[in-house]
Amino acid sequence: METVKIQQTTPNDLPWKIIYSASRCTLCGSCVAACSFQAIECKIEKRRMVFSEGELPDPQARYSAVPVIKQVNSLQNYCRGCGICEKTCPNDAIRPERNQDTRHPIDTRCIGGDSIKRGGRKNLTGSTRTLDQLRVGRISQMTDPSLDAQRHTFDMLAPFGRIMPVEQLPFTVGEDGKLVPNSKTPPVNWIYPVIIGDMSIGALSWRMWEGIAMAVAYLNEECGLPVRMGSGEGGVPERLLKSRYLKYMILQVASGHFGWNRIIKAMPDMVEDPAGVLIKIGQGAKPGDGGLLQAQKVAEHIMAIRGVPKTDLLSPPNHQGLYSIEESVQKMFLSFNSAFKFRVPVSIKVAASSTSVSVFNNLVRDPYNIVGGFFLDGIDGGTAAAHEVSLDHTGHPIVSKLRDCYLAAVTQGRQGQIPLWAAGGLGKTGDLAADAFKMMCLGANGISTGKLVLQMAGCVGNDMGRCNACNTGLCPAGITTQSSPLAHRLDPEKVAENIVNYFLAMDQELKKMMAPIGNSTLPIGRSDALVAMDKAVGDRLQVQYVC
Amino acid sequence: MCRIGAIKARNYIHPCKALLLMQSQQKGHDNSGFAMVMQDLGGIFEDYKDQPTLSMACTDEGLKRAEDILHAAGFRRVLQWVPETFPSEELDIVAMPNYVFETFSYPRSMKNATQKEKEELLLDMRLKVRAALEPEDLGFVYSFWPDVVTLKEIGNPHDIGKYFNLWQEDDNFTARIITAQCRQNTNYDIVRYAAHPFFMQGYTVLANGENTFYQKNREIQRNLHRGYIGFESDSQCFLYTLHYIHRQLGWPLPYYKHVITPLPFDDVSRREDSEQLMAIRQSLANLEINGPNTIIGLLPDNTMFTCCDAKKLRPVVIGRTSDTVAISSEVCGVNEILPERDWNTDIYPDEREVVMVDDSLEVIRWKQ
Repeated sequence: METVKIQQTTPNDLPWKIIYSASRCTLCGSCVAACSFQAIECKIEKRRMVFSEGELPDPQARYSAVPVIKQVNSLQNYCRGCGICEKTCPNDAIRPERNQDTRHPIDTRCIGGDSIKRGGRKNLTGSTRTLDQLRVGRISQMTDPSLDAQRHTFDMLAPFGRIMPVEQLPFTVGEDGKLVPNSKTPPVNWIYPVIIGDMSIGALSWRMWEGIAMAVAYLNEECGLPVRMGSGEGGVPERLLKSRYLKYMILQVASGHFGWNRIIKAMPDMVEDPAGVLIKIGQGAKPGDGGLLQAQKVAEHIMAIRGVPKTDLLSPPNHQGLYSIEESVQKMFLSFNSAFKFRVPVSIKVAASSTSVSVFNNLVRDPYNIVGGFFLDGIDGGTAAAHEVSLDHTGHPIVSKLRDCYLAAVTQGRQGQIPLWAAGGLGKTGDLAADAFKMMCLGANGISTGKLVLQMAGCVGNDMGRCNACNTGLCPAGITTQSSPLAHRLDPEKVAENIVNYFLAMDQELKKMMAPIGNSTLPIGRSDALVAMDKAVGDRLQVQYVC
Repeated sequence: MCRIGAIKARNYIHPCKALLLMQSQQKGHDNSGFAMVMQDLGGIFEDYKDQPTLSMACTDEGLKRAEDILHAAGFRRVLQWVPETFPSEELDIVAMPNYVFETFSYPRSMKNATQKEKEELLLDMRLKVRAALEPEDLGFVYSFWPDVVTLKEIGNPHDIGKYFNLWQEDDNFTARIITAQCRQNTNYDIVRYAAHPFFMQGYTVLANGENTFYQKNREIQRNLHRGYIGFESDSQCFLYTLHYIHRQLGWPLPYYKHVITPLPFDDVSRREDSEQLMAIRQSLANLEINGPNTIIGLLPDNTMFTCCDAKKLRPVVIGRTSDTVAISSEVCGVNEILPERDWNTDIYPDEREVVMVDDSLEVIRWKQ
């Protein structure tokens, strides 16, 4: 007889329980081999069988040792519910089941004395998503006819770069009645309104990153969609820096400056300019917190690209040495603008916050006209590693804040001068075109997406606590790991194919939304095309309420 | 959908020509209103071409307030013309008590003023009068400008013509340019300010169609100029953009088309002036129009032009003889007033074309 040891971890304390059918299991071992978390193991169970052979009860016991698959009772190697065991089992003999009674959030803190870290995005679900309470409700009919998504042409491009106020355009009227430019204006790249955002090589496996880069190149060169990819903070492989494909990359610099040593060294050998530079101040998934790459993911190639030893890589919460918004404009923006000889737009990414409008106002009034984009990232944004308390409890939803920034610009007559790019949980339901379209109607020039791209590649995580182990380096899908065997589960070409196909579908769907409102160019700021199914949402966003 | 028309002639013409131009297009409008702007005036106004004429429809109190404001500013009335009206219960018209066309001399203080200073003063006075009349619904002031009169009325255009006896041709009330619109009111309240043509500082615009970028246009225009107010109709945005591009920025007319219906990015990238066109598209993205439209515009120097939306969803036709050019939503209108013309010379502009008629009636066409 065993005595009860209350503090001992058992499967019932963990977030997922393994449901195992010994009678269906062939003991092939696939599940154990496939579980990157080592949350299941082969064990021998002692079995006792009591039987009687005669006509009268004459109980006898027979003991046997039976090989089985068992869940590991450990807070370190606990099951994440990724379902790879189920995926690999030929006999449907094993699967994880969500445990509503989990004590994991308490036990982990009690035993570890440390905060819980994980990847993914906010897992606390609240009310219906704001974007799902909006519909495209102004349909063109008769007097202003709808367009034909198949037949008409659409200009589906968004600006990335500082747009000059018209009265500051350096034009004079020549003798032939034509406008003549007298000097240069800031660089503006017109790109596809959906950017693949900000996932570093390091956060992602090199095969995943390569898959995205391949997809972006294919979308540009074969499909005619000028999609751009953000590098994230973590540098860029030297071969890519010196290739013509650099023009599809937006190079990110964050407070850790990881990877910039290599970028700067490669500058003399660059044959193309990058698509832009993005200065990351904050991130929606963990606002006020810096980047985090845990040591287990700092593999040799990551050490080389970033120029660091194998250790936890933390970007500070702030850019050291920046005192104010005005100073950041003068120092960082001027530095990066001049580094690329004012040919490359330089933009900024901040976490959505109650203070976002103040930051935006400061930037939009900057007299130097050097801020080329305002990327606003909401609480539903993803991350490869963050403290769970940050993920779930800090941050600001993107929709109303984006709208606030746009309307602040409208009030000043400065809409469009700094392009607004929104991110943070867009495409969460899988329907990115709808989310992008609605955000544009509310004032975004374009949007940025990251987590959804991982899901296109096969990420099995979700917003109800499934997997979310991107920080561990043990990604069962090979997406956020630097372990070679795991990364090789992922076929980069299949990743690229999925991303390309998704973008082609999304492009069609965007047109299918532009056509009914009769627009051949993107509906930036056309909130009149939206209706709100919820009065409070309508009032807050200045969108007509309907019922 | 409205119907629009414009006539520009070598000799002075009477408004009955404009009524005739519009009458055959009756099925395209709903009798919710008729409006016209006459420019380069003849008849009783011919000797007052340099002095501003106030065009308004108002109550007695409204008239008093307007005159008080102008007198206080130093304007002195030099001519008053009150059209004789012929009220009848059978007529479909929502008439105002007074229709005022008064010409004023400039204040003495403006004796040495530049032309631009005078133009700013005239706009300020119109805005001031409008602001004084609007809260108590005392009337509508349409234009206060030299050599221009404006009439806007609610009702059946045929009956409006009868009410003002405009069907009866005479030499007193004439102009070399008349633009006119019959309204098909769709989205907005039937108010006189919402009737085209819209006028501001020598610029006149009338449009047929719908501006689906109305909200975007309005949001940016509100901050561009003190005179960009009202927005009772989405088509006012076309006037304000024309005024902004041509007058405020001082850009030549071809750039108006580049602003309102920018070329696709691919086309721009192949052009020599791609740098300028991209800058325009970027900095003036909020003045783009989208949706179906035909625009007829008139510049201060009496140049008339027309262009349409980027998909040619609204047509327009230009017919001409040696001494008259007419622009109309439908060819039947042109047929009414220029039956003898050579139909082969009619112009149906395409989506990238601007057709301009200069003051010598020469027709100039170009692709955007």
